[in-house]
This record gives sequence, C-alpha cells and structure tokens, in this order.
Amino acid sequence: MDYHSPASFAEASALAANATGTTRFLAGGTDVLVQLRSDLVTPDTLIDIKKIEGVSNIEQNADGSWTLGVAVTGAEMSEHTTLGQDWPGVVEAMDLIGSTQVQGRATLTGNLCNGSPAADSVPAMVAAGVTLTVTGPDGARTVAVEDIPTGPGKTSLAKGEVVSAVHIPARGENGGDAYLRFIPRTEMDIAVVGVGVNLRLDGDTITEARVCLGAVAPTVLLVEDCAKAIIGSTLDDTALEALAEAASAACNPIDDKRGTIAFRTEVAGVLAKRAAKIAYARAKGEKA
Amino acid sequence: MALDDRKSGFTFVGTRPDRPDGLDKVTGRAKFGADMSAPGMLHGAILRSPHAHARIVRIDTSKAEAHKYVKAVVTRADFAEVPFKPGLEGEFWNVLENVMAGEKALYDGHAVAAIAATSALAARDAVKLIEVEYEVLPHVTDVDKAMAPDAPVIREGAADYSVPEGVHPNVVRYHESGHGDVEAGFAEADLVIEDSFVTEATHQGYIEPHACLGQLGADGKGELWCTTQGHWIAQKTCAALLGIETSQLRVTASEIGGGFGGKTTVFIEPVALALSRKANRPVKIVMSRSEVFRATGPTASASMDVKIGMKKDGTITAAEGIFRLQGGAFPGAPGDMTAMCAFAPYNLTNVRQVGYDVMANRPKQAAYRAPGAPMGAFAVESVIDELCKKLDLDPIDVRLKNAAHEGTKASYGPTYEQIGLVESLEAAKAHQHYSAPLKPGQGRGISCGFWFNHGGETSVSLALSEDGSAQVMVGTPDIGGSRASMALMAAEVLGIPYENIRVTIADTATLGYNDVSHGSRVTYASGLATIKAAKHAVEKLCERAAAKWGIPVDAVKWENGCAVPSGPNAGDFDPLPLAEITANMGSTGGPISGHFEATPEGAGVSFGIHIVDAEVDPETGKTSVSRYTVIQDAGKAIHPAYVEGQYQGGAAQGIGWALNEEYIYGDDGRLQNSIFLDYRIPVASDLPMIDTVIVEVPNPGHPYGVRGVGETGIVPPLAAIANAVSHAAGVRMRQLPMSPPRILAALKQDG
Ligand SMILES: Cc1cc2nc3c(=O)[nH]c(=O)nc-3n(C[C@H](O)[C@H](O)[C@H](O)COP(=O)(O)OP(=O)(O)OC[C@H]3O[C@@H](n4cnc5c(N)ncnc54)[C@H](O)[C@@H]3O)c2cc1C
Repeated sequence: MDYHSPASFAEASALAANATGTTRFLAGGTDVLVQLRSDLVTPDTLIDIKKIEGVSNIEQNADGSWTLGVAVTGAEMSEHTTLGQDWPGVVEAMDLIGSTQVQGRATLTGNLCNGSPAADSVPAMVAAGVTLTVTGPDGARTVAVEDIPTGPGKTSLAKGEVVSAVHIPARGENGGDAYLRFIPRTEMDIAVVGVGVNLRLDGDTITEARVCLGAVAPTVLLVEDCAKAIIGSTLDDTALEALAEAASAACNPIDDKRGTIAFRTEVAGVLAKRAAKIAYARAKGEKA
Repeated sequence: MALDDRKSGFTFVGTRPDRPDGLDKVTGRAKFGADMSAPGMLHGAILRSPHAHARIVRIDTSKAEAHKYVKAVVTRADFAEVPFKPGLEGEFWNVLENVMAGEKALYDGHAVAAIAATSALAARDAVKLIEVEYEVLPHVTDVDKAMAPDAPVIREGAADYSVPEGVHPNVVRYHESGHGDVEAGFAEADLVIEDSFVTEATHQGYIEPHACLGQLGADGKGELWCTTQGHWIAQKTCAALLGIETSQLRVTASEIGGGFGGKTTVFIEPVALALSRKANRPVKIVMSRSEVFRATGPTASASMDVKIGMKKDGTITAAEGIFRLQGGAFPGAPGDMTAMCAFAPYNLTNVRQVGYDVMANRPKQAAYRAPGAPMGAFAVESVIDELCKKLDLDPIDVRLKNAAHEGTKASYGPTYEQIGLVESLEAAKAHQHYSAPLKPGQGRGISCGFWFNHGGETSVSLALSEDGSAQVMVGTPDIGGSRASMALMAAEVLGIPYENIRVTIADTATLGYNDVSHGSRVTYASGLATIKAAKHAVEKLCERAAAKWGIPVDAVKWENGCAVPSGPNAGDFDPLPLAEITANMGSTGGPISGHFEATPEGAGVSFGIHIVDAEVDPETGKTSVSRYTVIQDAGKAIHPAYVEGQYQGGAAQGIGWALNEEYIYGDDGRLQNSIFLDYRIPVASDLPMIDTVIVEVPNPGHPYGVRGVGETGIVPPLAAIANAVSHAAGVRMRQLPMSPPRILAALKQDG
C-alpha cells in the first residue's frame, strides 16, 4: 500500500488520477481504516487529505453561507456555536455519528463518499441544499450532494476527483432544519431509516421545503412529493399525514439484518412527520 | 459438611472494600489474554469455512507453506496422529472436531486450517494462500427445521441412548421428567393456556476476544497462557487433543475480560500448541470479533411449547413444557437444563417437562450464565403472566401462592432444603417499585427465575508470611470480583485485615485440580475451600502457641487474629497475635500453610425476581426500559457490591437478549451480523439504573451461608421484559428478540 499526504487538492487529484488498483482518500479514516482492518477493502493507494491547507476551517461567507473544509470533524461542527444555530439539523445529523472518539475524526465528506445509503449526515445535507467543490484533473466543478451517491458504496466521482470543499447555503429568514434517524438502540448504531427536513415559513405557512430520506433505497432520496405535501400548509394533521404517505410511498428499501421492508416503509413516514415538526418549530424560532 | 462451623456474625464479610485487582485494571497494568509475548514468537491465523455445511474435498497448503514468513501450517491431520493418547472419545472428540474440522465443515466460520507466521499481518495475508476445495452440502440453521423429517443430517450416529426411536438424527439427546398426572391436573383447572415461544441464539458478548500464547516442544512439554474461565480444563483438553501428558502442559490463566460461560472450553488454544509444536516456536493467536461471533459458543436457540392450568384462585393445577434447543453442529444444547429449570420455582402436584438437544449448522453452543434456564423461564413466566391477566390476579400473589419452599418436591426431582423464593417474592411485593404508578403507555412485568448452582472440584492453598500477611492461591479465574470475596473470607477466619491478604489465581503447576469458574460456584466452592484452608492454618497457629505456652492444643482458641488460652488456662497468657507466631515460624516447626481440596456438594439453589417497567413507541415499535429492579437470594453476600454487580450484569445482558441481540443467518447459512455494529448488545444509554435487593436466606451447605449469584440474574429478564412489553404494547410477544420490526408487525397484526 502506498501512502501519500499531498499539499494541495491538485496534487491529490493527480495522485489519484495516476494510481492503479484501489484508491482511497483518508479523511477521518473512520470508514477507511475500519474497512482495512476488517479485510473488506485494502487500498493500494491511500491519499491523506488532512495535510492540505485550510481543510479544517469553518468559515461563514459575506452572504451568510458557509464553507467547510473537508477534514472538519463532527466534534468541530458541534462545538461551533453559530453554525449550529443556522443549521441545527446538519450539525445534529453529523453529531449522531459514532461515539466521542469517532466524532473527533469523522467528516461530512467521508460520510458522503463512503457511499452508504444509511449515512446520517447525507439526508440532512441534501435537505439543506449543500453543494461541494470537486477538484479533478480538468479543474474544479460544483456538485449538489444528492448527485454524488449512485448506489451502495458507489459515487459519481470520476477517477482522480476529490472533494475539496463543502458549501452550506445561507440560512436566511424563517428557516429551520432537522434530522431524525431510527436505530434500535440509543446510540452506536446504523440508521434503519433517516429523514432530513428543511423548510421556510411565511408566517405559519410553509413556503419552501426539502425532505430527504436515508436508508430506504440504494441512495438517499430527495422526495419532491414530500415537499409538495407540506408546502402551502401550516403543518396541520392533514399535511402531516400526506407527508407520511409520500415518504412511505417513496421508499424502495430492502429486507436485511437491520430492518424489514415493511418496517422501513412505515417508519419513514413516522420520522418524516416528527422531523418536519421539529424543523417547523425551529423555523418559528422555538427551541426544539 | 459445613454445618459444624456455621457462622452468622461477621467482621469482614459483608463489607465493601476495593477489589484487589482494581488498580491494575484501571491503569492498564493487568495482563489480559493478548498481552503476553515470548522471544521468537510467531503469530497464528485460522482459515475458516465460508460454508454452513460442506465436505472438505481437498486442502492444498503448498502455497502457504512456501510463503517466506510462514513457519508452520496445520490441518486436522496434525491432530489425528497423537502418539500418546489415540482414539479421542466423547466431548474431547467434539472439541477437536470443533477446533479443527475433519471431513466436513459444519458451520460458517468452522476452522479448517491454520498457519503461523512471523507477524500478525503476514499470518493474515498468508492464510489466504491455503486452497480448500469444498463440496457444498444442504444446511439447516433453525431448530424446528433441523428436527423436520427432510432436514439434512449433520452427523449420523451422534445421538445417545436417551433419544426415542423415529426422531430425526439431528436430535441427539432427550430428557423427560416430572411427577403427578398432568392431564388430570389440566382437567381440574378453571383456565388452561397453551402457547408457543421462540428465542434466538445470543452471544455472551465478552469484550475480550479469545487470545492465547502457546509453546509446545517435541519432548511433549508445553506452556500455555490464555484467557479462560478454567485453566485446568484447558490443560486437560489441550493435552488430550495434542496427545501429551496432562501434567506436562502448564497453563496460566490471564486476567479475563469477561466470559459468562463462553470461556469454559478451548477454541484456539490447541491450534496454537499444534502450530508451536510444528514450528518449534511460541505461537500467539488472537481472535477478531468476527471470529468470536462466528466460531465460539453462543447460547442455544429455542422453540418451546408451554401449557399451564390454573384455578380462579391462582393455584396452578398442572404444567407441561416441551423445550427444543439448538446448540450448533455438536451435542450439548441444554434442553435438559431448560426443562429442569422451567417450573422449578413452583410447588406443583402435576408437572411434566421434555427437553430436546438438537444439532444444526451453527457454531457449537457454549454456556451462557444459567445455560438453558432463561429461555424456559421466558415461555413459562409469559404463560403465567397471561393466566394472571385473564383471571385478574396479582402476578406476585399468584407466584407466592404456588412458590416452592423448604420440603417442596422440585419439578426436576429432589426435595428443596432451605430456599429463599418466598422471602424474595415478599421483598419484591414490598418494594416501592412494585406499587409505583405507571405512566400512560408503560407496562410492568415480573418474572421468577431459578438456577441450580454448582460445587465442583476445588483446591485452595494458603501460606502465611513471616510478617503476618497471607497469600491465598485459588484456581478459579476471577470473573466477577472473587479475589475480593476470597480475601474477605480468609480475613474473617485469620482475623487479619483484608489488605494484608493477597489472592492469586494460581497456574496449573501450583495447585491441585480446579473446575472452571462456572455454575456460580466460585464464591461458594473456592470460598468454602478458602475458609477451610485458613482454618487449617489456624490449627497450626494454635499448635505453635500451645507449644510456646506448654499447654494442650485444645486449650488454645483463635480469636480476633490471636491465639488465646482458653478453658482452664484462660487468662494465663497474653493473646499471641498471628504476626508474632509467624515471625519465628521457621524455628518453631517451619512454614505455616493451610490447604483444602474437595468437591463440595451443598451449592444451594437460588431464586430471583425481576420487576421491569417498559415503554413502547407505538409508531416505531421501539422499547425503552424505564425502571428495573432485581431481587435475588444470595444466601450471604460476602462482598455486597459485587453481588449487586452480578445482579445488574444479568439484567443488562437480559435486556440485550430480550430486545435486540440475535444471531441472524442468511438463506446461505452464513452469519450476517458478526460485528458489534449489527449484533446489538445494549450500550450504556440503553439501560436504566438497575436497582438491586439482596435477600439473604443462608445456604446450609456453606459455612457462611453463601449461594452462588452469578447466573440466576439472567433467568428472569427475558420473561419480565416480555411481560412488561406485552402490557405496554397491548399484544403478547412470543418471540425474542422483541426488536422494533417485530413489535411493530405485532402491533399491526393486532390492528
Ligand atoms: C464506531 C463507528 C460508529 C459509526 N457510526 C456511524 C453513524 O452512526 N452514522 C454514520 O453515518 N456513520 C457512522 N460511522 C461511519 C463513519 O464514521 C462515517 O461515515 C464518517 O463520516 C466517515 O468519515 P471519515 O472522515 O472518517 O471518512 P474516511 O474513512 O476517511 O473516508 C470514507 C470514504 O470517503 C472517501 N473520502 C474521504 N474524503 C474524501 C474527499 N475529500 N474526496 C473524495 N472522497 C473522500 C474515502 O475515499 C472513503 O471511501 C461509524 C463508524 C464507526 C467506526
């Protein structure tokens, strides 16, 4: 195995582009190293991106949007007061990952690029409308988070492409987001269902919404019908029921050791309602 | 045997000093299984079957052997040629077959070959160079399917004499017991409920994986360091499997990071020794967690039918149970234990119980705290709960009405001596938990549980030092704070402070034979032996004092750590403290030690009652346990904090077993969840504070009244939690684990 610690994303990209066999980028390593130790994936090339300048920065831009370096850890996000005020859903989704030890290493980008349909931060990022800068052999491009996963363990990143920054939109007025997952235990588990909701209000009425489901299909799902079910409503019971139905209808899950099709389908609706209520309360400025 | 020296007033016993191994364990100084190294040491790795059931057609080890870092490769052939003890039989043969497959791989994860290489990484890589050709055979992993007529036969001729004719060959032992006439009893009942229950296999989940370091020379002399609950059984088994003399293998037990019954046999130890013999170098093997799940002993899975008849006043008129236990591809599932324990808490006129030991393509089951008893209690105590509900009776009152007591003929045969079930039930009823109001959506469940407890072969040696301190050598690995209890009991007899006593787990070369730390026997049996060994030393101390004073030895008694003249000589001499006698023991007759060896028979059965409050999220089926109380008879709690720890540990493991833990097999017969991520033991935040009540009804078979407490605590939780969940959810849960998908499905079905 070859280990590299490039000083720039261009160098990282070039290393990846020229590598043969299996290549992995090393962010927190909480997936990569675990897979290595358990004999699941033994990379031929390991490219550590943590030595690149700025990868641990959390910056708020003039327009209120946020730029996060790709090595920013869950713990650093949780400890950042204003980021959590703007995007509690994204921060709480990331914070759900693993234990204190894992939080000290794990990153949003690693969570996304590992390609697990159950990755916790991904539905929250998609709901929030997070985009990425991807650096490749031909330069940089901007990609929406929902366009990265293509199937379990698979992403749309081409050979030689590396995520170089994470952009979270400006929160703006009267907005709120939330993420909930279902696990059989209270922590240290993989989502059986995950739901991220982000919405904006005008008075009591929802004017914008994005609802994203995790762990119920080969990739996370940004569900239009869920958004439609609540836009224009005050999140009354009828809207909530319509939301739950739309969420369940969108599910395309599998039966596995973590949950059944019936269970996932049902609980997706339940969590969508619960997450929407939290996001709604947050948008109204209530503590939730 | 111990009635002559019963004691009830104590100085040290019943206090809560820090455990002697505490500092070592919190500072990382304690040496566990994987912490030992030796000069020139090699690292072993084991190749395991990817198939649930397959004939091994051919194993080609040539590529692995040619690898430059590989120093030895072994297969079953390296065990077959045992020059000293040919023809292994019975359990030794089963263990050999389990640690290294013979003609067939019998389960996913079954060891088929092993290598030793110069580094752990090289071993891991090189083991993949071994080529095995398999002929895949039909498999079965479910207990009911394994008994069905069309089930693949795992091993022809494995059944013993007990199995009736016409039963599938996968049924290898059969047990039937009871008394009275159950049919007549059912006819007398006002209500009879018959129901079926299923439990999945669970793993003990000890945090420390199996690990060992073995060395064996061509001269048949060896050393083994391993994490185990019993190093003498490891010694005996390894010697048998490798064809060497038992005494030529010296085995040292490391500190142990949990066992719960799962470390009462060997897995990697004979393999490390075989590799060492071949490579002529020490070999270390450390299992991965996945190997622990796939290839060590989980508990049995079970399918059970229980029928109980009750009168309107709560009297049980008859009880019958059929318990089918699947214990992997070898005989040993404790169907007999399940059957014998199931109705043991009750004074029954008519009772009948049947147990089946069934083989399937899964790893060989191992003991897990009160092996077999929790499943039976789940079925029986669920049916009793349902009867109470239908007849509108209080569940504790009904159990009190039917409770076994001294003189009751137990469901499994013998007549009880002094037991503490009634006292425990009364303590449960009086506990404020039982009368605390429930919040909406909560349910409360209770259950009784029974375990036999065990004595077992025991040797203890105690030696006094010149400065008046004492060292106690016991042979039972300390799996629950037993060193503290031994020191307290020795302190009680010798009359010297707890801190002046060092208790060591002696190796097999230092002490006579000791059975495994199992059967809740350690505080009972090693404790009894420690007391007797200390008394033996005290006799010698009294002799030295008598000689010094020139009075007869029977005129000297031992009081508060001193020899004191008594009878006609009372007051003639000042009390002579222990340290003054030992100070010049070299010149007054030589070193002073005490010994005791026996197989104590009076272990004393034990009962517990658990009270559980649970809440179920009706929309997701997720359960949370909001309150938990354990009430159990300890006979006499030597170190109450460690007794409470055992109670809490049993409850915690029971919560896991009841709610989320399970072995999940795919259609291909492969284990799907061999990591802690997917094998869901409870994490700390899943557990409520677990309250405990120690009931003390002394065991007549122990000088201080001790009953074992290690196992009974896992018998009631499955049923107590199932009863709580069933009340909270409003549907009866008959299958474990009660995972959210199962509960949600049951809620939907119930409409
Ligand atoms: C004990 C434990 C508990 C866990 N619990 C959870 C949980 O609750 N929820 C959950 O979702 N996950 C969980 N995980 C998984 C893991 O922690 C997360 O997926 C984490 O976010 C991965 O981030 P990382 O920085 O450690 O990624 P790494 O392991 O460093 O990388 C993961 C993948 O992302 C790729 N990658 C990393 N950086 C880049 C980049 N800049 N550009 C392109 N590709 C990149 C790597 O090539 C690799 O394929 C857990 C893991 C452990 C060990």
